[in-house]
Amino acid sequence: MLKKIVILLFVTCFACFNTVFAAESGGMPQLNPEFWISQIFWLIITFGILFIVLTKVILPKISDNLETRKSQILENIETADKQKEESQKKIDEYEKIILDSKLKAKSYFNEAREKILDDINKKRAALEKDLDEEINEVEKELSDLKNKSGEKINKIAAETSAELIKELIGEEVNSSSIVAIVEDQSKINRERKDV
Amino acid sequence: MYQFNVYRIGPEIKLGSVDISFTNASLFMVISSLAILIIFNLGAKKKTLIPDKLQLLSELSYSFVAKMISDTAGSKAKPYFSFIFSLFMFVLFCNMFGMIPYAFTVTSHIIVTFVLAAFIFIGVTIIGFMKHGLGYLKLFVPSGVPMVLLPLIVVIEIISYLSRPISLSVRLFANMMAGHTMMKVFGGFVISLGIVGGWLPLSFSVALTGLEILVAFLQAYVFAILTCIYLNDALNLHH
Repeated sequence: MLKKIVILLFVTCFACFNTVFAAESGGMPQLNPEFWISQIFWLIITFGILFIVLTKVILPKISDNLETRKSQILENIETADKQKEESQKKIDEYEKIILDSKLKAKSYFNEAREKILDDINKKRAALEKDLDEEINEVEKELSDLKNKSGEKINKIAAETSAELIKELIGEEVNSSSIVAIVEDQSKINRERKDV
Repeated sequence: MYQFNVYRIGPEIKLGSVDISFTNASLFMVISSLAILIIFNLGAKKKTLIPDKLQLLSELSYSFVAKMISDTAGSKAKPYFSFIFSLFMFVLFCNMFGMIPYAFTVTSHIIVTFVLAAFIFIGVTIIGFMKHGLGYLKLFVPSGVPMVLLPLIVVIEIISYLSRPISLSVRLFANMMAGHTMMKVFGGFVISLGIVGGWLPLSFSVALTGLEILVAFLQAYVFAILTCIYLNDALNLHH
């Protein structure tokens, strides 16, 4: 419908132009058939050559270009994907290695710590044992000393008291009785201390 | 109307009794074809992955026309790609060269557009009959039409089919001629109104130049796409 209206419009325009410009220059140059054949001839020649050269030479080249580009891009994308996968693999490996080495380092550390702790404990135990022995010895010595000191003191006390009595009274008293008295006294003292 | 005059360039050439002299119209046909060949040859020469300007231009035109054909006529029209490409480029370049001042517009002559359109019409009809035999006549009988209306519809369809070359050629020719005439008329106004009143038609003239460049592209596109549609009718009988 629209097409027909347009055609009708064009035809009327055509006619109008024809009458309008008829007075000016003897009609539209387009309707002058003088060079129609020449135009058709040159149109066929030029368009024919254009068509043949484009079809045989140029368009295959362009489509070739487009095809190679397409395939190359696809290839590149493929290789890129492959490389991406590979790099992902490598990254995974790397992470695994790092994790392993971390675990190893941890275990080494723990081992070393345990060893050191063990060492320390052993040394401490030995030291404590030594100390205990020494303390025991000293205690023994002390107790020996303590036990012996009583006797010694008694002896000394008996001697001194015998000397004293001798000086005081001028005669010798039986030493055994003095010893008995001193022992009694020291016993009483000890008991007093204990109480 | 001087710009539409055809005149002889060089000597008169006669083939028998027929005058086939080289004219300014022939000159611009040759210029357009040469320009197309040079540009596209340069564009197709280098085969780089990242195209330069000319290569990009040629490849974009290629995919533009290829898309146009596959959109309108489907994949069966692929063998006719190079013809439609040449047709589109030829009409486009002729239109565009016509936009240069003092240049001759080849497509503003009815005989040129009519020969192109008639060639397309005859070619499409031959293709249609070769593909479908006499079944191609089913094109004139649309499906789903009541029997009563059928005779009328068939007559209308036949007339519309036969008017295709006329509509196709007149559309291009009239568009080009009207645009150039209008620019000439406004140019004449600029002169006659002088320095005082001539600015308005001058600005119109500038705007019209832009419009005409658009029309030059659009008409080439329409010419090519209508060819695709006719080809589609011949290749895929849809009616």
